[in-house]
Amino acid sequence: MKQSNKTERRLQIISGALKLFAQRGFYSTTIPDIAGSIGMSAGNIYNYFPSKEILAQEILKTISAHLGQQIRRINDQDISSREKIKQIVKIYFDTAEKEPEMIDFFLRVYLSNREVFGQGCEGMICVNDFVTEIMIFFDDGVARGELKNQDFFSAFGLFMGYLGGMVFLAGEKILPQSLDAYTDDIATNIYNALKAQ
Amino acid sequence: MRLLWLSALSCNGNVHSLLNYPQYEQWQKGFEWLYHPLLPSLHTFEEVEDGVKGCDVLIVDGTLEQNLLKHRRPFSELLERYATEAKHILTVGTCATFGGIFAKGEAGRTGVHFCGEARRGEYEWFWQKSISLPGCPVQPEALAGTLSLLAAGEPIPLDELRRPKYYYAYTVHDGCTRNEYFEYKIDEHRFGTLEGCMFYEHGCQGTYTHGSCNKILWNGLNSKTRNGQPCMGCTEPDFPKEGLWSTPKHMGIPVRMPLGVPRRAYLTLAGIAKAFRIERFYKPLMEEE
Ligand code: SF4
Ligand code: SF4
Repeated sequence: MKQSNKTERRLQIISGALKLFAQRGFYSTTIPDIAGSIGMSAGNIYNYFPSKEILAQEILKTISAHLGQQIRRINDQDISSREKIKQIVKIYFDTAEKEPEMIDFFLRVYLSNREVFGQGCEGMICVNDFVTEIMIFFDDGVARGELKNQDFFSAFGLFMGYLGGMVFLAGEKILPQSLDAYTDDIATNIYNALKAQ
Repeated sequence: MRLLWLSALSCNGNVHSLLNYPQYEQWQKGFEWLYHPLLPSLHTFEEVEDGVKGCDVLIVDGTLEQNLLKHRRPFSELLERYATEAKHILTVGTCATFGGIFAKGEAGRTGVHFCGEARRGEYEWFWQKSISLPGCPVQPEALAGTLSLLAAGEPIPLDELRRPKYYYAYTVHDGCTRNEYFEYKIDEHRFGTLEGCMFYEHGCQGTYTHGSCNKILWNGLNSKTRNGQPCMGCTEPDFPKEGLWSTPKHMGIPVRMPLGVPRRAYLTLAGIAKAFRIERFYKPLMEEE
């Protein structure tokens, strides 16, 4: 099979599995379910991913790389930390609206089934692309005197926890408005919490 | 080969350093001191002030200061007279090279060719025959070795600060016994113990300091970092920094990266390396500690 076909197949499996995992959770989704949803045989999926755990890990890496790439584009621009925060919030919410299963996977599979990611995704290895860009964003902000020099996890937890919480509320249909309506306010809140005094 | 040693503002650390060169006895046979502040010399300092002939290598240590008087004559006058005659000029120690500790004390103090990182113009005319041997103090092997190479007429490749690459192309991090801890980002260090890298918390500058301290051990025995004390970057133009025993960080990320390592790549690798908890590295190497 040609390399490009192989890559495409791989992506097809990842996106099919992503949807099911995000909807039904990791344990209630089987490889035959995934195979059925994308019109492939279960045996063929095993040719690409030797186990359901590894498939879940690959999905995580793919999402992390996808988000990481977009934040990198923001980091590479010569704009203020405040403006960057706004753009990161926007990207996160856009992704949650256009590809909700990506963020759902993060919240419902990765964060709730840590045992699945124990071996092979120790620490933050599988979300490294994403975390690295957030680190670069923080580092630049402090270096420019725009952000407060504080503990990394306090800042990271504040940033991601807030975004995750909003997406979760939106997913549960609790928010009165659509996510993007909150972008400005949330970016301002995050900026106020992170800015240098 | 005839050597002449002139000290400007100095603590005599470099003068003593040469006395600690383990092969001094053997080494000195090829050299003759026109003047050295401690070693038997052909001339007294007063004679040097009046002018003596035959200087092949002028060795300068200590920080320069405007109008510095050395006994009876301005230091600059002595420096210029002997620099004109000498075939080579060595700025020995960080003070003579970049300004060093004494330059922090008052404005207007500098090294011979540098004021920190900035090139000075004043002695441009002997830049081409100058060699920088920074260090606080200079490593004795770097001084004795450079002089031996000059005596042998060997070419000495220099970096852009005129430091001999044989001694300064490495970083202090090269050969440090804590490299494994560096790789796995473990800084569980207590001063004087054998475990832990000092890059993350304790201000070690070994990864971006040019020097042979861990390749040519001091007194053939040890180095700061092997012994559990962070490298203070004493061979670099910005020595001494403030806050030496802590690592400046932005939200937990070291402000200064190891030499030549791009920040993004470093952070990616660090994130991965940190994920491994290798038990061996968290146990004392020696129970006695
Ligand atoms: S202690 Fe310093 S020199 Fe040694 S490995 Fe760590 S950073 Fe490098
Ligand atoms: S370890 Fe660092 S501070 Fe110590 S002598 Fe070597 S270069 Fe200087």
